[in-house]
Amino acid sequence: DGFGLGREALPEEVAAWDVAVRPDGTGLPEGSGDVWTGEEVFTDYCAACHGDFAEGVDNWPQLAGGRNTLTDDRPVKTVGSYWPYLSTVWDYVNRSMPFGAAQTLSADEVYAITAYILYSNDIVGDDFVLSHENFLDVEMPNADGFIVDDRPETEYPLFSTEPCMENCKESVEITMRASILDVTPDEGNEDAAQDEAQDEAAAAPAADETTTAALDAALVAEGENVFRQCRACHQVGDGAKNRVGPMLNGIVGAPVGAVDGFNYSKAMAEAGQNGMVWTEDELKLFLANPREHMKGTKMSFAGLRKDDDLAAMVEYLKSFPAE
Amino acid sequence: ATPDPLITEVQDWASGFGAPVDDAPYGLPIRFESDVVRRNVPWLTADTISSINFTPIHALDGTITPQGCAFERHHSGAIELKKEDYRLMINGLVDTPLVFTYEDLERFPRENHVYFCECAANSGMEWAGAQLNGAQFTHGMIHNMEYSGIPLRTLLEEAGLGAAGDLSDKWVYVEGADASSNGRSIPMEKALDDVLVAFKANGEALRMEHGYPVRLVVPGWEGNMWLKWLRRIEVMDGPVEAREETSKYTDLLADGVARKWTWVMDAKSIITAPSPQMPINHGPGALVITGLAWSGHGRITRVDVSKDGGKTWETARLARESETKALTRFYLDTEWDGSEMLLQSRAIDETGYVQPTKAQLREIRGLNSIYHNNAIQTWHVDSNGEAENVEVS
Repeated sequence: DGFGLGREALPEEVAAWDVAVRPDGTGLPEGSGDVWTGEEVFTDYCAACHGDFAEGVDNWPQLAGGRNTLTDDRPVKTVGSYWPYLSTVWDYVNRSMPFGAAQTLSADEVYAITAYILYSNDIVGDDFVLSHENFLDVEMPNADGFIVDDRPETEYPLFSTEPCMENCKESVEITMRASILDVTPDEGNEDAAQDEAQDEAAAAPAADETTTAALDAALVAEGENVFRQCRACHQVGDGAKNRVGPMLNGIVGAPVGAVDGFNYSKAMAEAGQNGMVWTEDELKLFLANPREHMKGTKMSFAGLRKDDDLAAMVEYLKSFPAE
Repeated sequence: ATPDPLITEVQDWASGFGAPVDDAPYGLPIRFESDVVRRNVPWLTADTISSINFTPIHALDGTITPQGCAFERHHSGAIELKKEDYRLMINGLVDTPLVFTYEDLERFPRENHVYFCECAANSGMEWAGAQLNGAQFTHGMIHNMEYSGIPLRTLLEEAGLGAAGDLSDKWVYVEGADASSNGRSIPMEKALDDVLVAFKANGEALRMEHGYPVRLVVPGWEGNMWLKWLRRIEVMDGPVEAREETSKYTDLLADGVARKWTWVMDAKSIITAPSPQMPINHGPGALVITGLAWSGHGRITRVDVSKDGGKTWETARLARESETKALTRFYLDTEWDGSEMLLQSRAIDETGYVQPTKAQLREIRGLNSIYHNNAIQTWHVDSNGEAENVEVS
C-alpha cells in the first residue's frame, strides 16, 4: 500500500539523528562526568554567555539560582528553580550547545557539564559524578511544578458567555500609558541617518585610499556573511564595544590580547606579552582551530573549516581599521 | 480654489518612460513603502541570532502576509539548506522507518490551506502593563499564509502506523535541521488531523527565514511547534519534554505552578488602524477602523469594536467569511467627530469563546505567564488623531 515513495532508513542513519533523550532516560548513551571536569568544560564552552557560575551574562540565560522565586514579581527560571526534568538539560546541551558549535561535545563532556549545572544549583555536592546509571536518581526541585493545560476547565466556560453591548461599565479611566516607559524602538530614523552618513562617506574622497583599494570588496562581503557566527560574542565597526569577546576594530596587525578593557584568558594575555601579533597568517591559524592553536583560550568556537571562509573573514576584519 | 498642479500640469511619469520589464526579475515593494518592514525590539534578546522580529501588521490590509515582511523567529539563526541536501526521516513506532528527499515529497498528493502562525509570546511584553507603542510590536508576532503541502497523516501512513498499536496515547516528535535542533512533541490526534508538511507559502518557495525548503504547519497551535527545516518525525509513546516545551513555552501562574502543553492559541483580535503607528491624519469625517481577528479553535464568527473603552460596543463587518484558523479582516466604517476615543476590538469564535480583557486573564493567571496573552487591546486616540497604547479601568 501507500505511494511507494522514500526509502528505508538505515540503522546508522536513525542512530545519527535519533538522539533525543526522554525523562525516563531513553536515548541516554553510556558515559559519565564529574562536577570538577564539568566546571572546566563549562568555563571553556559555556561561561562566555552563561557566566562562570551559570549566573548568566547580559541577556543570556541564567542557569543557576532563582530557587523560591516563582511567585515573585520577577521570577528567575533556571534549571534549579524551574526545569522539571534532568533529561531536558542533557538533551539540550547535547544537541544545541555550545551556541554556534552545536553537537561538538562528547557524551562524557555533556554528563560533566550537566553535573556542574546541578552543582551550581546546589542539587548535588562537589564530589558528584553523573552517569547513565544514576541519572534517574537525581531529583529536580521543581519536578512537581507543572500542570497540564487547564484552560478548557478554568477559562473557557468563563469566557463563553454572551458579551455585553451597552452600558457595560459606568466609567472608564486610563490606568497606564506605554509612552511613560518609552521602550518602543524608533521608526527607522537611525537607518536613515546611517544611510546619509554612508552616502557622505562615499562622496568624500577616502583619506586612506591605498588601504581601501587593497581590499577585495567581494571577499569582504563574503566575510561579513561568515562573521555572522561571531556576532553573538564580537562587535566590529562604528561604536564596537567589548562584549562576551573583545571588539575587533583594527585586530589585524594588532598585538595579541591587547584590546583595552577586555578580560583575556591567561593564555591569550601571555601570548601578547611574549610579543605575538595577529598577522593574517596567525589569525587564520587561530580561527581554523582556536582551542588547538591557543590552548586555554576562553573563545568557545569550533573553528572555520574552509580556507575560503578564513580568507574572507580576515579580509572582512581588515576592512575595520583601528579608530 | 486653486487647481491642483498634479492634475493641470503634465507630470514626468505621464510623459516619459517607466521602468522596463525585467528591471526587477523578482520585485520588491516600490521604494515609497520602505517603512513597511519587519522590526525587532533590541532589548528583548541578547542577540539577533536567537531572537524575534515583528510583522508590520499596522500597514497591511487584507489577510495574507507577504513572506518578505512576515515575522521571523530563530533560535540559532536562519540556515541555508538546499533542496538537494534536504532529507526527511520518519522513525520510531512505524512499520518501516523511511527517508524522503525533497523530490519524493513533491510526488505525494498535496493540499492548500490558509493558516495563521502566531508566536506564543505575541503580546507577551504587555502582561504587566502597556509597554510598546505600535500594533506591530504588541501584536506583530503573527503571519498568515496560504500553504501548499502534504498532510502529515499521509507521510505517517506511508511509513505505516501498525507498529504504534493504539494511537490514542501516542505522540510524534518533530525536529528541525538547524543547530538549535528545536524539537516539539505533538499528540497523535493532532498529527493525524490537520498538520501539514509544507514547502510553498503564498505560491512561492518558503523563504529561508521561514524554514526553506520544508517546514511544519500546525494550524491554530503556537508558532514554536511549526518546526522549520523539518528533518525528523518520530512516532513515540510519550512526549520528549524537550527544552522548548518545559523551560520555555510553559505558562507560569501566580501561585508558582506552570501550565504545560498550552498549545492552542485562543481567540484574539487587534485594531491595526488607527493605531500608534497609524494616526488619523485626515481630521473629522469618514473613518475606517480596521483590524485582524483569529482563533486557534476555528472560525471567527463576530468582531465587536468599542470607541469608549468598553462601555458600548458595535459589531464590525467581516471582509469575507472567515476561514478556520486563519486571519479574518474586519472593518468598522464610521464617522469620527474629532473627539478622543478609546478603541478596542473583541473577537468571538465558532465555539462561542469571547476574547477576554486583561483584567480577566490576570485574575486567573497573574502577571508572569509571558505566553498566550490574548487580551483585548486598547488604543487611546486623541483629538489630533494620534494613538497610544494604554490600559483602562
